[in-house]
Amino acid sequence: MPEANPILHLKDVRYRWPGRASFGLNVPDLSLAKSETVLLLGESGSGKSTLLSLICGTIIAETGRISVAGTDIASLSAGTRDRFRAEQIGLIFQQFNLLPFASVHDNILLPLQFAPERRKRVADLKVEATSLCQHLGLPDDVMTARAGALSVGQQQRVAAARALIGTPPLIIADEPTSSLDAATQATFLELLFAQSRAHGTTLLMVSHDARLSSQFDRVINMADIATSERGAT
Amino acid sequence: MILRLAFGSLMARALTVGMTILAIALSVALFLGVEKVRTGAKASFADTISGTDLIVGARSGSVQLLLYSVFRIGSATNNLTWESYQDIAARPEVDWIVPVSLGDSHRQFRVMGTTPEFFDRYKYRSGQSLALQDGQVMNDLFDAVIGADVAATLGYTVGDPIVVAHGLASFTEHDDQPFRVSAILEKTGTPVDRTVIVSLQAIEAIHVDWQSGAQIPGQSTPADVLRQMELEPQAVTAALVGVKGRLQVFGLQRSINEYPEEPLLAILPGVALQELWQIVGIAETALVGVSAMVVVTALIGMMATIFSSLNERRREMAIFRAMGARPRVILGLLVLEAILMAALGAILGLGLLYVALFIGQPLIDSAFGLWLPIEPPTLREVWVLLGVIAASAIVSMVPAVRAYRMSLADGMIVRI
Repeated sequence: MPEANPILHLKDVRYRWPGRASFGLNVPDLSLAKSETVLLLGESGSGKSTLLSLICGTIIAETGRISVAGTDIASLSAGTRDRFRAEQIGLIFQQFNLLPFASVHDNILLPLQFAPERRKRVADLKVEATSLCQHLGLPDDVMTARAGALSVGQQQRVAAARALIGTPPLIIADEPTSSLDAATQATFLELLFAQSRAHGTTLLMVSHDARLSSQFDRVINMADIATSERGAT
Repeated sequence: MILRLAFGSLMARALTVGMTILAIALSVALFLGVEKVRTGAKASFADTISGTDLIVGARSGSVQLLLYSVFRIGSATNNLTWESYQDIAARPEVDWIVPVSLGDSHRQFRVMGTTPEFFDRYKYRSGQSLALQDGQVMNDLFDAVIGADVAATLGYTVGDPIVVAHGLASFTEHDDQPFRVSAILEKTGTPVDRTVIVSLQAIEAIHVDWQSGAQIPGQSTPADVLRQMELEPQAVTAALVGVKGRLQVFGLQRSINEYPEEPLLAILPGVALQELWQIVGIAETALVGVSAMVVVTALIGMMATIFSSLNERRREMAIFRAMGARPRVILGLLVLEAILMAALGAILGLGLLYVALFIGQPLIDSAFGLWLPIEPPTLREVWVLLGVIAASAIVSMVPAVRAYRMSLADGMIVRI
């Protein structure tokens, strides 16, 4: 049963990669409630990355409806969709995807450059970025450091701070712990959950590691929500 | 912040970006350098003579007359007889007239015979008069006033002896009639700096014992005897003429050009200079064209650098997209990057030019007699620099459009 006023809702979504007729993804129904933490499990090639791209609006479903915070993203123009993504979704990637040449400060504040509403929610950019870094266990002097000079664990925390700043209603994390060792992985998740809870943010985390299941409100298997024709993501 | 990020991205590729900036800087320095030399040469030529209304010489070409009489370039094919000179001097329109007698040399410098009035009448750089560094203008028949470059190059001081050679690049010397340096002129940036100036009578004096270009064997009139002689020249090379009223210039010019006794030519220095620019105009345009092509080549090099960096920067562009940047922001970033590179290159190029000018100014002056002033950039130069930056923005559109398309295709997820 879909939740009332879900933050994310996919209904009868069908997508086929252009030029790759052998692979397609069908999602009949998927909903995520506000403040919910959800783990999305799936094997490689099950369509996880395609699903994330659909949710973020960088690819558009052939049929069906994807709504984020009540807005049908397919109804938005390309430019508006980019801005909408910046406003509504915080992203954490498996490979952190920080700008290595830029400072931690600039990396954290980057999404706010393209999301004026999200920016308005931050009273003082520097104070907020520093506060997030402190809550994520980063040293005080990290703000001026180049992102590329940080350790792997520190980079992942900066990536989390970048996703959390301005409290977007939905955070999507694409296998964010796969590059971390077990101890750092646990600490990182703890911090991410704490911040997510503190800001009432919905967290959708993609992983193929079922051991993480117990830490989430809900666990969804790709196989249960989507049917995919054979291929690679 | 976007500007800071674009700058940071450039800094992350410091070596290749640095090379590109250096190429742009060198091309800009070359282009502006050519412009400086071009305008400097024009200004230097134009500044060489002012206040002279007409230059009179034997009939030849106006440019040729200007070149040999003022710039000491080339030689006269014929002379102006002393009678004709006096006829012109006696005309009511003539305010002043100064003879110029060329033909001999000292080392690599031309010797010019004239009257002391030359020092009052010769004006350069918008009316500046000649000034003495040391000594005083000819009092004795064998006194010579030397230009600043002559003194500097040959290490002469007042009182030093000078032996004039017969003709140009000649091994035959008037060593029996040595001169003495009586004064050294201040630097003018004109051919006067490279001239040995003696009196018109002195030119006659050193040729008293000469016939058909060679000294009469066994004949050498003592200097004291020469000092007592009535030395009137047979002919002079040219004459600089000042007219009483501006409106009389053309009338006097026409009457000299129609002078019945001998074929003469009177030219207006400014008009002859214009003719000279027209002659060298093609070479000048070619030079500017070549240096402009060097700038274009550097900009194409920059385009190639941006192109080759696109693949390795797909992740960077995907990050921007994931953070909400529209594809046109990616396009704008690359154009901004090109503008930054070109701006840095232009500023560095300007700096290089001034360093080169600072070092090269005295060398160019002594080697070519060309004084390149070190002045703030002209409006034209500022426009050139802005043009380079604008051209870089246009050129960068090619890789920028490709990046735009790549970012559309890649979206926010690139696994490299």
